[in-house]
Amino acid sequence: MILETIWFFLWGLLWAVYFMTDGFDLGIGTLYPFLGKTEADKRVMLAAMGPLWDGNEVWLLTAGGVTFAAFPQVYAVMFSSMYSALMLILFALIIRGVSFEFRGKVDAPSWRRLWDTCLFIGSVAPAILFGVAFANIFRGIPIDQNGLYKGTLFTLLNPYGLLGGVLFLFLFLTHGALWLSAKTQGDLHVRAVSLAGKLWIALFVAAVAFLASSFFATRLYDNYLAHPILFVILLAAVLGLLGIRIFLGRGSFFKAWFASALTIVSATFYGVFGLYPNMFPSNIDAAYSLTAHNSASSPLTLKIMLVVVILFVPIVLAYQGWTYNLFKGKVTEQDLIY
Amino acid sequence: MDVVFLSRLQFAAATMFHFLFVPLTLGLSVLVAVMETRYAQTEDPVYLEMTRFWGKLFLINFALGIVTGITLEFQFGTNWSLYSAYVGDVFGSLLAIEATAAFFLESTLIGVWIFGWKKLSKKAHAAVMWLVAGAGNLSAIWILTANGWMQNPVGYTIRNGRAELTDFAAVVFNKFGILEICHTVPAGIVLGAFFVMGISAYHLLKKQHVKFALKSFNIGLAFGLVASLVLLIEGDLHARHVTQVQPAKLAAMESHWETTANAPIHLFAVPDEENEKNAVQIGSIPGILSFLGHHDFNATIQGLKDFPKEERPPVLLTFLSFRLMVALGVYFVFATILGVILKKKLMESPRYLKLMLYSIPLPYIAIEAGWVVAEVGRQPWIVYGLMKTSEAASPIAVSQVGISLLAFVLVYGLLGILGFYLIITNAKKGPEALPETA
Repeated sequence: MILETIWFFLWGLLWAVYFMTDGFDLGIGTLYPFLGKTEADKRVMLAAMGPLWDGNEVWLLTAGGVTFAAFPQVYAVMFSSMYSALMLILFALIIRGVSFEFRGKVDAPSWRRLWDTCLFIGSVAPAILFGVAFANIFRGIPIDQNGLYKGTLFTLLNPYGLLGGVLFLFLFLTHGALWLSAKTQGDLHVRAVSLAGKLWIALFVAAVAFLASSFFATRLYDNYLAHPILFVILLAAVLGLLGIRIFLGRGSFFKAWFASALTIVSATFYGVFGLYPNMFPSNIDAAYSLTAHNSASSPLTLKIMLVVVILFVPIVLAYQGWTYNLFKGKVTEQDLIY
Repeated sequence: MDVVFLSRLQFAAATMFHFLFVPLTLGLSVLVAVMETRYAQTEDPVYLEMTRFWGKLFLINFALGIVTGITLEFQFGTNWSLYSAYVGDVFGSLLAIEATAAFFLESTLIGVWIFGWKKLSKKAHAAVMWLVAGAGNLSAIWILTANGWMQNPVGYTIRNGRAELTDFAAVVFNKFGILEICHTVPAGIVLGAFFVMGISAYHLLKKQHVKFALKSFNIGLAFGLVASLVLLIEGDLHARHVTQVQPAKLAAMESHWETTANAPIHLFAVPDEENEKNAVQIGSIPGILSFLGHHDFNATIQGLKDFPKEERPPVLLTFLSFRLMVALGVYFVFATILGVILKKKLMESPRYLKLMLYSIPLPYIAIEAGWVVAEVGRQPWIVYGLMKTSEAASPIAVSQVGISLLAFVLVYGLLGILGFYLIITNAKKGPEALPETA
C-alpha cells in the first residue's frame, strides 16, 4: 500500500519535472516564428535551447517508462485509450527533434522554412495536447470495466479539456519567453521581455479559469477539502505566478524563470494530489477507475524500481544541473552551432 | 486486415526503421571517441578533422535514431496494451531503467558535445564522447535484456492473472539477453567500421583527403576485423543456445522438418510450408546441423513437424533472413582480413576500395536480417511459450491503427530519404577546413 502511494507521487513528480524542463523549450519552439524575425534571431533561439532540449525530453521517456514499470495497467489503458492524441504528440516530437539537426545542413531558404515549420508544429502540438490529455484525466475518461475506451479523439476536446490545453500552452509559452529573456541580448531580448509580460497576463487568466472550472468539471477538490493542508500547493502556484511578475519587473530573468518552474510543478502537483489515489479515473463508473492500488506492479518490482530511482534520479539531476550551469549566461556568437 | 496484423506491421516498420540508425550510433560513437582521444593525445589536426567529419555524420544519424526510439517505448502501451498489462511487472522496469540509467546520460551529454567545444578542455570533450558512446551501448544492453526476456522468459511467476517478477537477477543475467548483447554491440561496431571504411574508400578512390581517409580507414579496419571475428564466435554460442531454448526457431532457421540425429544443413533449399517439406534441397551435408546445435555430429535436432502447425514461425522468411545474415557475416570477416593484407598499399588497390565502398549497405542488410530472425523466428509468440502475439494487441479500432501506420510509413519514409540524403551529401563533401581556433 505504502509503496504504491510512494510510487503514485513519484509518478506525479516525474511528469512535473518533465513539464518543468521540456516546457521551456516547447515554449521557445512555439514562439519561434513570432519572435524569430531574422535568421540571426532564429539561430539565437535555437542555441538558447540547443544544448538542453534533448536531455529534457528524456524526462518524458522516464515518466512513460515508470508508468509502465510501476503501473502497467495504467500504462496499457491510458496509452491505448488516448491512442490518437498520443500518436499526434509522438509524431510532433519526431519532426521537432530532427529539425534541430537538419535545419542548418542545407543552405537553402525553402529547406530552412520546412524545418522552421516542423519545429513550430512539433512544439505547439505537444504543449496543447499534454494539457488536453491531463485535463481529461482530471475530469475522468469514459472507460468501462475492462479498461476499454468508449470515446473518440473528439471526446477529449470538451471545453474543460481544451481549457487545460490553453493553460499548458500559456505555462510553456511564459516559461519559454522567460528563458529567452534570460539568455538573449539586444532587440530579441527586448521583445522577449515584453512578450513575457503579456503572456503572464494570459497565463494568469487561464490559471484562474482552470482552477475555477476544476471545481465544477472535476472532483479534484475533494482531497483538498478533506485535507486543507493541501492548499499549500495552490499557494505555491500562486506564489510562483506572482514571483514571475515581480522578478520580471526587476529584470531578474533567471529568477523569474525559476518562479515559472515553481508554477509548473505546483500546477502539476495540484492535479496529482487532487487525483490521488486515481490515476486514470472512469467517468462511466468510479468502480472502473484505475488507481494506484488496483493497477500497481508487484511489491518486488516497486521496490527494485524505487532503488533505481533513488539511486539514479539524483545522479541525473546532478549532471543535468552541471549542463545547465555549463551553458548559463547569454547566448554568444560561438554558441550558434545550429 | 485486423488490429493484430496492422499493429505487427506498424511495430515492425517502426523497429526496423529505428534499427537503421541505432547500430550506427552504437558503433560510430565508439570510433569517433577513439579519434577524438587520439586528437587529445597527439594534437595532430588530422584527428580533429576526423572527429569533426565523422561526428557530423554521427549527429545526423543520431537524431534519427533518437526520435524514432521515443515512439517505440510508447507503442507497447498504444498498440500492445494486453501485452503491457500482462507482463509489465517484469518488462516495464527494464525500459524504465534504460531511460533512467542510460538514455538520460547519452541525451544530456550529446548536447554538451555539440555545444561544448570551447567550454571544455580537449580531454574533457573527448571524455564526453566516451560517455555518450558508453551510455548509448548501455541503453542497448537494457533494451536487449528486455528483448531477451521476450525470447526466453525467466524469473517470473503467474500470479494475479499476470506475469510477476520473482527473480530480478535471473532477468538481468538471462543468458539469452546476454548473448543478444554480445551479438548486437559488435554488430554495431561492424556497421560503424564498414561505414567509415566505405566512405574513406570513396575519398581514396578520388585521391582526395588522403591522410584523413587513410587514418580513418585504418581505425575502421581494426575495429571491423575484431568485431566481425567476435560475431563469428558469438554466433556459434548463440545458435547453440537457440537450439536449447527455442527449438522451433532453430528448425525454421534451417528449414529442418523431421526430427533426426546426425541432422544435415542444406546449402540450398526452398521450404514448402504447405506440405511440410523442402520443395528443393541441394547440397545437404549430414551432421553439420547437429554439430552446430550441440557440437556433436550425432546429436538429435528437433524438426518443425514436432511442433503443432500453429506454433511454428514463418519458415521461409526466417530461413532466408538467417542465410543472408550468416553469409554476410562471413563476408565481413574476409573483407576485413583482405584489408589487413592490403593495408600498406590501399592506394594501389582500387578494386578493393571499390568493393569496400559498395559494401556500405551490407552490414545494414545483415543487421535487419538478424532482427527478422530474432523476431519473426519467435512467432507466434510475443513472449516465447508464455503469450501469443495474437493475444497481445490493444482492443482498439482498426481504423486508428490503419491511420497511424500510414502516418508512420509516410513520415518515416520522408525522414529516411532526407536523412540518408544528408548523410550521403555530407559524406561526399569530405572534411571541412578547420576553424582557426580549434
